[in-house]
Amino acid sequence: MQTDQIQPELPTDGLEVKQWKTRRKGDLSIWDPSIIRRAIPDSFKKLDPRVQVKNPVMFVVEVGSVVTTIEFVRLLFARPTATLDRTHLNFEIFFVLAVAIWLWFTVVFANFAEAMAEGRGKAQADTLRRARTTTMAKRLACPDRFGKVEAVAAPELRKGDLVLVEAGEVIPGDGDVIEGVASVDESAITGESAPVIRESGGDRSAVTGGTRVLSDWIVVQISANPGETFLDRMIALVEGARRQKTPNEIALNILIAALTIIFLLVVVSLEPFAIYSGQAVSVTTLIALLVCLIPTTIGGLLSAIGIAGMDRMVQRNVLAMSGRAVEAAGDVDVLLLDKTGTITLGNRQATRFVPLRGVEERALAEAAMLASLSDETPEGRSIVALAREKYGFTDAVDPTAMFIPFSATTRMSGVDMHGASNGTSSAHAIRKGAGDSVAAYVAEYGGTTSDELKTIVNGIASAGSTPLVVAEVRSGVNGTDGHAQVLGVIELKDIVKGGMRARFDELRRMGIRTVMITGDNPLTAAAIAREAGVDDFLAQATPETKMKLIKEQQTGGRMVAMTGDGTNDAPALAQADVGVAMNTGTQAAKEAANMVDLDSNPTKLIEVVEVGKQLLISRGALTTFSIANDVAKYFAIIPAAFSITYPQLQALNIMHLTTPNSAVLSAVIFNALIIVALIPLALRGIKYRAIGAGPLLRRNLLIYGIGGIIIPFAGIKAIDLILQLLHLTLG
Amino acid sequence: MPVTLNSVLQVLIFMVIILLLTKPVGLYLYKVFNGERTWLSPVLVPVERFFYRLSGISEEDEQKWTGYMVSVLIFSVVGMLLLYLLERTQQWQRTFFNPQGLPNVEPQLAFNTAASFTTNTNWQSYTGEQTMSYLTQMAGLAFHQFVSAAVGIALAVALVRGLARRSAQHLGSFWVDLVRCTLYILLPVCIVGALVFVSQGMIQNFNAYTVVHTLNGQTQTIAQGPVASMEIIKDLGTNGGGFFNVNAAHPFENPNALTGLLIILCEITLGAGLFYMFGKWVGNTRQGWVLWIVSAILFVIGVFIVIPAEQAGNPLLASAGANQVVNATQSGGNMEGKEVRFGITISSLQEVTTTATSTGTVMSFHDSYTPIGGLVLISNMALGEIIFGGVGAGLYSMLMFAIIGVFIAGLMVGRTPEYLGKKIERKEIMMAVLALLVSPLVILGFSSIAIALPAGQAGLTTGAGNLGPHGLSDILYAFTSTNANNGSAFAGLNGNNPFYNWTLGFAMLIGRFAEVIPLLALGGALVKKRVVPAGLGTFPTTGALWVALLIGVILIVGALTYFPAYSLGPIIEQLFMHAGKVF
Amino acid sequence: MKTFLTKYLRPAVVLTLILTIVTGFLYPGVVTGIAQLIFPYQANGSLVKASNGTVIGSDLIGQYWTKPGYFHGRPSVTVNPSTGTPEPYAADNSTASNSGPTNAAFIQTVQQRVAALKKENPNAPAGPVPVDLVTASASGLDPDISIAGAMYQVPRIASERGLSHDVVAKLVTDHETGRFLGIFGEPYVNVLDLNLALDACAALPSSC
Repeated sequence: MQTDQIQPELPTDGLEVKQWKTRRKGDLSIWDPSIIRRAIPDSFKKLDPRVQVKNPVMFVVEVGSVVTTIEFVRLLFARPTATLDRTHLNFEIFFVLAVAIWLWFTVVFANFAEAMAEGRGKAQADTLRRARTTTMAKRLACPDRFGKVEAVAAPELRKGDLVLVEAGEVIPGDGDVIEGVASVDESAITGESAPVIRESGGDRSAVTGGTRVLSDWIVVQISANPGETFLDRMIALVEGARRQKTPNEIALNILIAALTIIFLLVVVSLEPFAIYSGQAVSVTTLIALLVCLIPTTIGGLLSAIGIAGMDRMVQRNVLAMSGRAVEAAGDVDVLLLDKTGTITLGNRQATRFVPLRGVEERALAEAAMLASLSDETPEGRSIVALAREKYGFTDAVDPTAMFIPFSATTRMSGVDMHGASNGTSSAHAIRKGAGDSVAAYVAEYGGTTSDELKTIVNGIASAGSTPLVVAEVRSGVNGTDGHAQVLGVIELKDIVKGGMRARFDELRRMGIRTVMITGDNPLTAAAIAREAGVDDFLAQATPETKMKLIKEQQTGGRMVAMTGDGTNDAPALAQADVGVAMNTGTQAAKEAANMVDLDSNPTKLIEVVEVGKQLLISRGALTTFSIANDVAKYFAIIPAAFSITYPQLQALNIMHLTTPNSAVLSAVIFNALIIVALIPLALRGIKYRAIGAGPLLRRNLLIYGIGGIIIPFAGIKAIDLILQLLHLTLG
Repeated sequence: MPVTLNSVLQVLIFMVIILLLTKPVGLYLYKVFNGERTWLSPVLVPVERFFYRLSGISEEDEQKWTGYMVSVLIFSVVGMLLLYLLERTQQWQRTFFNPQGLPNVEPQLAFNTAASFTTNTNWQSYTGEQTMSYLTQMAGLAFHQFVSAAVGIALAVALVRGLARRSAQHLGSFWVDLVRCTLYILLPVCIVGALVFVSQGMIQNFNAYTVVHTLNGQTQTIAQGPVASMEIIKDLGTNGGGFFNVNAAHPFENPNALTGLLIILCEITLGAGLFYMFGKWVGNTRQGWVLWIVSAILFVIGVFIVIPAEQAGNPLLASAGANQVVNATQSGGNMEGKEVRFGITISSLQEVTTTATSTGTVMSFHDSYTPIGGLVLISNMALGEIIFGGVGAGLYSMLMFAIIGVFIAGLMVGRTPEYLGKKIERKEIMMAVLALLVSPLVILGFSSIAIALPAGQAGLTTGAGNLGPHGLSDILYAFTSTNANNGSAFAGLNGNNPFYNWTLGFAMLIGRFAEVIPLLALGGALVKKRVVPAGLGTFPTTGALWVALLIGVILIVGALTYFPAYSLGPIIEQLFMHAGKVF
Repeated sequence: MKTFLTKYLRPAVVLTLILTIVTGFLYPGVVTGIAQLIFPYQANGSLVKASNGTVIGSDLIGQYWTKPGYFHGRPSVTVNPSTGTPEPYAADNSTASNSGPTNAAFIQTVQQRVAALKKENPNAPAGPVPVDLVTASASGLDPDISIAGAMYQVPRIASERGLSHDVVAKLVTDHETGRFLGIFGEPYVNVLDLNLALDACAALPSSC
């Protein structure tokens, strides 16, 4: 089916044909000079101990830097002794100075990483701030388009206020459209310049402050106080200022702190052992050993990873309410997707009239049309269009006719004509809707349903379409019983969006089961499910059955994600572990969810899951790398530290480093430089590949585990060679 | 480095025997701790019920982790006190129980010994046949050998229940686990085992020491005692405290190769079986087998470093004129501190097993091993009693590493870490690292204090006089062994003085209880969790990758922590030995 | 407090006492009883009696052999428990040397032992001596020596006792204990057994 070519009749959000992976406009590359320029002074500002103390690993490094600096000053005033002549004393001074400088660099580099991550966030926040306006709003006293307006500055609007926004004006605050319909330019928030429709009632009523109305007018009820708006929350999130540590980050911090304590013990206990063996180890070398051993790589990059992770969410136009939500996204097991608008194009089209035997198709078409003239839904309009197209009816709307809208409980809609309708008897009533509902309705008025109906209905359903049964009741004159009969069935075709199957396959590879939620009958649902390639479906879904499904899955221990936009989705969104609300949805949905997709793309969840997993993988891989590095550092520093006591330990100097001083210095320099080298990786995140847990672990273990063992050997040796070339080996 | 075909064969057959014993032992353990009927039930159930009635406990009452912990602690305190009192009242024990008339044990030694036996360490700063009366050995020491083993196993079982049960509160009843372990597992095997031992020549009597007149014209006083009954529980319960000073090197405590082999098997079998029990209990025996395989790999690596090292011998001996070459008429190798009937292979196999399983029984003396041999022995203990490990302790220490390993693996595949379907979050990691931190704290902390203080250094000079790097090794070994509740020693360190009796005593208590309390808390946290079903995104803890990861975590954590200290001890000593230097 | 007593203290104390009785008295009692009944020789120390009934040693416990006409055992570093003076093969005070491999004093001792051994056995082949003869055993009471260790002493015994080299060598091989099941342990020879056989052989040469 060529989905791209079906043009919906009314302007809708043309997002179905957009690219999968979105990127904000004006997204900055990692090495954007303005960010770097801002990050450098920040790195030094963060040297304040009150800031450092929040990061135990780097705080230890900072303390070490201070101590070595003091040691350097002490040595400057020291005199040569019998065991330490001028030349060697000078070597020692330069050595301690070099170590001190590089230790300071280590802290600075870690700060730089964090500053870079925050800087990108700040840049995004600045872009968002520009969207915040100080426009004058037109406050209404009552929801009347032509009522008296009061000019109020936007920041002074409060929750509950009503404002009128007309074409060309900026919407002053977050809220719901309670009257009118307009097209809105939301590029300030979403970065997407194609306008969207916002209208009262229904699921597209939420508007965000800072967006611009392009045509028509709307009356908006403000739903957030200043400081609590969407924009404010986005800015806060992106700036990382109010960022709380997420549970997984805390757990990792505990592990890192434990390792730091262990290495502290190792280094502190080493001195008595060394003294017993004949020669104490210098304070500088001990500190160098300590700093090299503690996981400074992950310690320095951990916060940058977290901040960058949140930013990556924002880059994909997903607003996460908390870091917890991002982590939870990585753990999703089951994804609940609405069929209409998500898996299918959303607007079912009437394609065929199937009359029952004995009924003329024309009669069916006319009845169907009459029942749909006042039907505002796309389905209704398509029925009218089809009927007109086929039979050229020109009936206009009968002003005496009473349109009965569709309700989730009756599952029917229709029209009552020629007389008042109060549910008892009317002259001519037409109903269209779900087969069993219509059958019950007809039975109420004495009619019968045949097997033929069932066959037709099933036939249509199994083909994946929705059968809409049409029936009419004509009451006789003067209260005598008329007849009720089923006329036939309208076939509404539901069209699956393109590329769905591939997406669901990808989700499956990630270990995520997809469940399609639809109000359709089971047969139709099964057919569409098969066609789209989802793992399971819930047919004839009501808000209650949706909740039940979510709770069932959760009791089974699974993490459930769902997307939604309507107010009736709110409870389910809140119950789900990861609830993604469409930006085009209602405010209630957005409140209930823990993520908002500004692109209103229901399969955005795949990217959300990827970002969540990326976050964890980046943390895990860099932790492994950090620890694995220690092996090489031992082989560098231990022989050097005991070179006087036990020269035989040079047998362990497998990298053949030039002198003990150059060995220690090379290790320290490597330790500092590796942080800088890994900043891009931390900010970009380590890619998640949907290849299954075993192969993924093997891959990451090989790269970061084995790689982490091998790379420092080469790195330290290289630095030592450079020091040698520069005649800086100090020994 | 030479390894004979016979050596390889001995080790191989040994491994096969353990492999074959693992499942039946594991199944039996599972049945006993689940309260199922076994073939011994008809006889033992009435006894069991009688014990419960006397102590006022109900078999059905289960405990939360806090209750379990308090029970363990109170029981240990009571037992420790009893042993202390027995030691301090020896001179008033009647002739039958104290035929040699041994005096009261001094307070610091009594404390050290009481702490030692309560914690399953069995570190003995004293010469058995010269210090402890028969009554103390029997009622005091042997009692503890039974119950400390039972306590260790019970603790492991409690943690396993925490992993296996879902959304529950209780970890079982300590009293029931204690009684069942003693009655159904330890006692039956010990009665049979002891008699087998006696048949081979191990002594079992209450005679006074025998005076003999040798053909060569001297008088020899031969110590006697109820040895076989103690030997079996000493090994089965990974205790290690021997009747005689030289432990299982003494011919009365270990007459021939068969008893030697049986002793080694006893040390390791319950540990191996416990891994299987764990797997069965959590519903997937593969989970248990992977832990077994991790242990086995580390074990075999150790064995095949020690055997060649000892077989190649000490080059300094060669230059002194000794022939260490192996041939049909001699085992050759480094025979200082070893017995001829065990030679190089069984001695090495035994010492690797004893340090891997934190038993402490010795058939040869670790202090005389080559530096590389000694390095393996001390490393086995420093890694944390996980290579099959002490009964119970091996399983719960291995599970601690599994939790940490799974945390890192989980992160690397992008999922909140989970083990056996239970999420590993902040609380679980906190408990695991608290347990992990105990060993470095005790070993490095105490060792550095001991080596810095004159009182500590005195242990070296008043001992075998091992100076230089070997002296450092002696001290490191002592605290590693006591922390790991092993009990073997580089006995060149004279530990029978106030400094070491007190410090080593505390090292044992901290090493046991400071590790066990967080792990019980971990069990308490895990038992409440529900199980998340595994999916394509969960990392399976049953494959070769998991084995490799776990071994990697264990080795790297251990190596990173102790490598610097060892480089000043066994490592440099090995380099010196080959350079011909003595101290 | 009451719950503490009932839930924890009572079971702890009661079980300690019961289990002490069971494991500390009943269990060793039962084992000793049965052992004395069915394995009295082994249970009481495998004591060896001379023809006149005096106990001359235990089959399992090594002895200090110094007479040149007897096979000698391994070095033993046991000390007398009351005086503290070195007393090899003091079977009430088992001990090992615990000397580390780089212990200077230990290496010196080994050198002395090698010299003494060579002096004692002038007719033995030249070159390095079997290691077990110059290293201290783990127990100090090792009753055995390696076959090489025994063979090293054969020339001396043969000349001391006036027996032929082959006869003495055959005596050694006859009293060799092989590996358990041919695989486990090491081959060795028990010195007491060997010397008893030596005495018997010397008394009645036709029996060797």
